[in-house]
Amino acid sequence: MIEPRPIAVTVNGATVRRFVEPRVSLADFLRGDLGLTGTHLGCEVGVCGACIVNLDDRPVHACLMLAVQVDGMRVDTVEGLSDSGALAELQAAFHARNALQCGFCTPGILVVAQDFLEACRAAGRVPSREAIRDALSGNYCRCTGYEAIVDAIEGVARTRHGRDRREDAA
Amino acid sequence: MKARAFDYRSVASVPEALAAHAGCAGEARYLAGGQSLLPALNLRLDAPDLLIDIGRIEALRGIAREGRTLRIGALTRHAETLRSALVAEHAPMLTQAAAFMAHPAIRNLGTMGGSLSLSDPAAELPACMRALGAAFEITGHGGTRIVAADDFFLDLFENAIAPGELLCAIRVPLPEPGTRMRFEEIARRRGDYALVGLGAKLVLAGGTIVSARLGFCSVGPTPMRAPAAEAALTGRPLDAQAIAAARAALGDDLFPDEDDSLSAAARMHLARVLLGRVLAALSDAGAPAAIEGAAA
Repeated sequence: MIEPRPIAVTVNGATVRRFVEPRVSLADFLRGDLGLTGTHLGCEVGVCGACIVNLDDRPVHACLMLAVQVDGMRVDTVEGLSDSGALAELQAAFHARNALQCGFCTPGILVVAQDFLEACRAAGRVPSREAIRDALSGNYCRCTGYEAIVDAIEGVARTRHGRDRREDAA
Repeated sequence: MKARAFDYRSVASVPEALAAHAGCAGEARYLAGGQSLLPALNLRLDAPDLLIDIGRIEALRGIAREGRTLRIGALTRHAETLRSALVAEHAPMLTQAAAFMAHPAIRNLGTMGGSLSLSDPAAELPACMRALGAAFEITGHGGTRIVAADDFFLDLFENAIAPGELLCAIRVPLPEPGTRMRFEEIARRRGDYALVGLGAKLVLAGGTIVSARLGFCSVGPTPMRAPAAEAALTGRPLDAQAIAAARAALGDDLFPDEDDSLSAAARMHLARVLLGRVLAALSDAGAPAAIEGAAA
């Protein structure tokens, strides 16, 4: 008999305690146990990128992580990143540029894009379109052909870079 | 698909991990980054009774220079390899290879020890380890033994790790003066498995190649050395004639199989193209693109 294990995880800033079976993935835990269905499950083998969440501030596939493994760690999902306002600019740009159609892949893409843009910002550079495509190489979108997604992310990168330069100058 | 049910145990030390493995009545697997193991479980290609989570063993972490070697802990994530200043200085081939490995989110969890323990012949790290002349620290109940990368990879997904043993660290020799190294691969899309990949390490003295080690991925059941091409390079200057000789000799080294994605002839052609590309980048003409060993 395999016993469920107690875990304590900080999800979107709040500590949650649950008992989980070892076989339950982080993605199924977020969706099934916590009702956080913004994390989408596509392939369940780490190829499509729809389930990507931040684990201790780094994007990871929630389908390739067990809930029992994240005991004591911090998870931020698209819901938390959205509520905090971290994704607001990207969401507005995706809306304005029609960078989503069905929206299934969008949560994973937003999490990856936000992490990527923050890394670019820390390095003080605006990423090339090639670099943006590289960062998104692990996210599949079957609707848009990616062009509009790259447009939206590039637009946010330029906006943030311009703002940082004005702040530096001030 | 969902994984079959299994039991789970998180361990804090190597002895605890070995004891957990020995104490399991059924099949046990060590879980490190899980980026290959969990897909296998979710696809039900594998269904162990117990996962032993070694992810919190501090002794398996860290990258440090120890004498004439760079010692890399088995739990080093690919993202850490990519960012490590020590790796960039002493084993830049690994920095270059890490940029090709899967996608950023996979690199945040996947580990060096995990990739080597899996021994996928299409993976970058096994080929690099053969080219670098690395050695592996493998620990079991009898203690720790050192296995050279050239003796480690036995067949498709088969290696020298005995059941229950754990790969704990990777030892990469520091480059001697005159060392040049580089990794490149050809893939259909960024992050895909390579159609062919090559890690090359040359040592030049007085303009002559005195040592050449080539490690190819995706061209055989294991990561492949290329002894005929290496011999064709050794003892001559790294010029167009040497590169042509190495490319010609490669036909005696590699015998890739046909598969659904590529004919054997096409894969062999790409291996020769890649060999020419990497050697040209390492030559003086391509020097700006090459990365010299730190001691050179």
